[in-house]
Amino acid sequence: MLRYVLRRLLTAIPTLFVIVTMAFFLMRVAPGGPFNQERGLSPEIRANLEAQFGLNDPLWLQFVHYLGNLLRGNFGPSYNMPDFTVTELFAKGLPISIQLGASALVLALLLGSVLGTIAALNQNKLGDYMVIALATAGSTIPTFVIAPVIQLLFGLTWKLLPIGGWGDGAFINKVGPVLTLALPQIAIVARLMRGSMIESLRSHHIRTARALGLSDWSVVVKHALRGAILPIVSFTGPAAAALLTGSVIVETIFSIPGVGRYFVDAALNRDYTLVMGTVVVIAIFTIVFNLIVDVMYAVVDPRVRYD
Amino acid sequence: MAASETILSVKDLRVRFRTLDGAVEAVKGINIHVNAGETVAVVGESGSGKSQTMMAAMSLLASNGEATGSVDYRGRNLLTLSKSELNKVRGAKISMIFQEPMTSLDPLYSIGNQLIEPIRRHRGLNAAEAYEEALKLLRLVHIPDPERRMKSYPHEMSGGQRQRVMIAMALANDPDILIADEPTTALDVTIQAQILMLLAELQRKLGMAIVFITHDLGIVRRFADRVYVMRQGEVVEEGEAEAIFVNPQHAYTKMLLAAEPTGHKAPPPANAPVLLEGRNVEVTFRIGGGFLAGEPLMLRAVDHISIRLQRNQTIGIVGESGSGKSTLGRALLRLLPSDGLIRFGDRDISQADRQAMRPLRRQMQLVFQDPFGSLSPRMTVGQVITEGLLVHEPNLSGKQRDLRAVEALREVGLDPNARNRYPHEFSGGQRQRIAIARAMILKPKLVVLDEPTSALDRSVQKQIVELLRKLQADHELSYLFISHDLSVVRAMADYIIVMKQGKIVEEGPTEAIFSNPQHAYTQTLMAAAIDVTRFRLSA
Repeated sequence: MLRYVLRRLLTAIPTLFVIVTMAFFLMRVAPGGPFNQERGLSPEIRANLEAQFGLNDPLWLQFVHYLGNLLRGNFGPSYNMPDFTVTELFAKGLPISIQLGASALVLALLLGSVLGTIAALNQNKLGDYMVIALATAGSTIPTFVIAPVIQLLFGLTWKLLPIGGWGDGAFINKVGPVLTLALPQIAIVARLMRGSMIESLRSHHIRTARALGLSDWSVVVKHALRGAILPIVSFTGPAAAALLTGSVIVETIFSIPGVGRYFVDAALNRDYTLVMGTVVVIAIFTIVFNLIVDVMYAVVDPRVRYD
Repeated sequence: MAASETILSVKDLRVRFRTLDGAVEAVKGINIHVNAGETVAVVGESGSGKSQTMMAAMSLLASNGEATGSVDYRGRNLLTLSKSELNKVRGAKISMIFQEPMTSLDPLYSIGNQLIEPIRRHRGLNAAEAYEEALKLLRLVHIPDPERRMKSYPHEMSGGQRQRVMIAMALANDPDILIADEPTTALDVTIQAQILMLLAELQRKLGMAIVFITHDLGIVRRFADRVYVMRQGEVVEEGEAEAIFVNPQHAYTKMLLAAEPTGHKAPPPANAPVLLEGRNVEVTFRIGGGFLAGEPLMLRAVDHISIRLQRNQTIGIVGESGSGKSTLGRALLRLLPSDGLIRFGDRDISQADRQAMRPLRRQMQLVFQDPFGSLSPRMTVGQVITEGLLVHEPNLSGKQRDLRAVEALREVGLDPNARNRYPHEFSGGQRQRIAIARAMILKPKLVVLDEPTSALDRSVQKQIVELLRKLQADHELSYLFISHDLSVVRAMADYIIVMKQGKIVEEGPTEAIFSNPQHAYTQTLMAAAIDVTRFRLSA
């Protein structure tokens, strides 16, 4: 197992290299640059800036420099927020996005699994239909509708929650954004869980468990649920990578200083270093969480062996 | 058995399933009783309702099923008991083992864990006591090295061992009645014999009553005291086992008893041309390996096998699961890469690639075991059987293809009007006829038949065997007949190859092999088969 994890981490290096290379050159193919937009910079200043950031060097040399810096853990300065380095921006914003994303993920997994199980146990009965209706609503109503509705109802009308802001991470400030992030995920988990639980309940070993007179609790939780959890585990990998790296919509609507906005802002402003930084962070999260998922598979299912 | 007290009594049991096509009655008001310590067999072909009867008695019906009538166990009606009361009977007083040893155990828990759970539940023992009990049970069912096996997972055990574990679980709480639903059907013949011996031994030791649900008249004859014969949800005949065999009353029972395929195949003349020849054929599979993963494991599935198939000859390839018999069939058709020499007619096809093989394919066809999985559910029967013509006779017009489909369906004994319907509308036997028509429409010289009758009821099996024989006689076909079922092989083949672990252990003319098997493995196979499968109805 250790050997497998080591092997996977080693193969992550070429993967990251390919991602960084592609992102770097694709970014440069796009027209424009960080300093030639509607900034009204005089040509001299612009030339100075470009010279200072090495943007006049041949592209391959810039790439070599970037790689060299990256290896030393230096993501470079942000071109558009020149007071900060990219590393500083992530150091400030990433913990916030991770807190929100992780809370939303945990909530979605717990609530989604419970709802999905309830639906499966009541297949084609009232409980099932209610969960399906909820799941359909959760996955069809877009986040940018849910968020303002939460703000309107809980913030303005009932005054239970603040309308926005981070409030130095006060619990009450997180409720709205976490709910908004979690709702679509709850819907997905519930649907996945319902399907795999129905299949699991039909399997032969569940029939055996019932024939042995085991309690409903043991049949459902010990035998059926553990087998049904595998699709949820595979879903969690990509979902975690996506949630923990922030959401532009939720962070914008609730005015949260996370990292979700960086990607869009940076791409629009041709902030090369910040785009690259975001790409690297998302890639690392994706690789790590997929590895965790594969390890979890072996923990849940003894038939899965890595050697 | 002297005991005659009736402990289980099924009265006017009806089982209905709600389906999209309305209610289907699977069991139509039957009466069955079981006395203490006796062995009762419920016999029937697929769809007879024999399994659903017992599933209903144990409240294990699928969620769209409902049972009416009464199932009386020692004065209590199991159908009306509360769930918690029922769970004191299930697994404790009445327990059950199933047909599917590979999937009936929970793959995620160790054998020990699964054995201990029902012991603790029904007897309230602590963990250590239950562990000791579980060990005792594994010894009782003759699992070698039980301490180590307690920690094993189901996937680390063979089918036979898993079925032993199932039996151990079922017997954990010393039940009154053990219901065995086709307990040996999914197992190799030699393993079948061992499991049946074990059940007989345990019954002598523990004295429980056994209800065998089976299609296998061999089991019934050897083990049962009394028999119920079921057909389409009804009991058509019941009585002492011996009486039913000697003097069957109902026409259906008589048909079942006569359903054994009979007849022999005469060998082709010695100078008949050789159609297919393999010399030192070898197939090796690579398992695992890869980047940083170390050396792959090499598995030799077919090990130096030579075979000569003449025109109009049938070679039976016999062996248990994992013996490499199907792999050999595929390798000879160049559907798998192999080493060694393969000749088809006068051509060396040892290294022929897909392109080179394509024109030859129409002369070599394949019929599979599973008539449900091997026909595309989204194509009409006509499309399924004429698909090969599109490749091999692209100049045919649609009308000509349709005529050929009609001809092929007639040849396999199906109504030609069936060609506009879809495979799911047909029974297993009819689907196997469709699969045969799909092969025959190309007018092949060689047909590899991979367990073509194994998934069929015995009475249907007999018809398919007769059809295959007629087609062979009409078209001078050569067959490679792959099967684990010796009685069918005996009726079909004039030459037999016995395989074990990828090697040929014995070969020769059919009668020589059957009358005087030389190799110890062949002898075990024969002994097990003659005892157990003589009167089998289906698989």
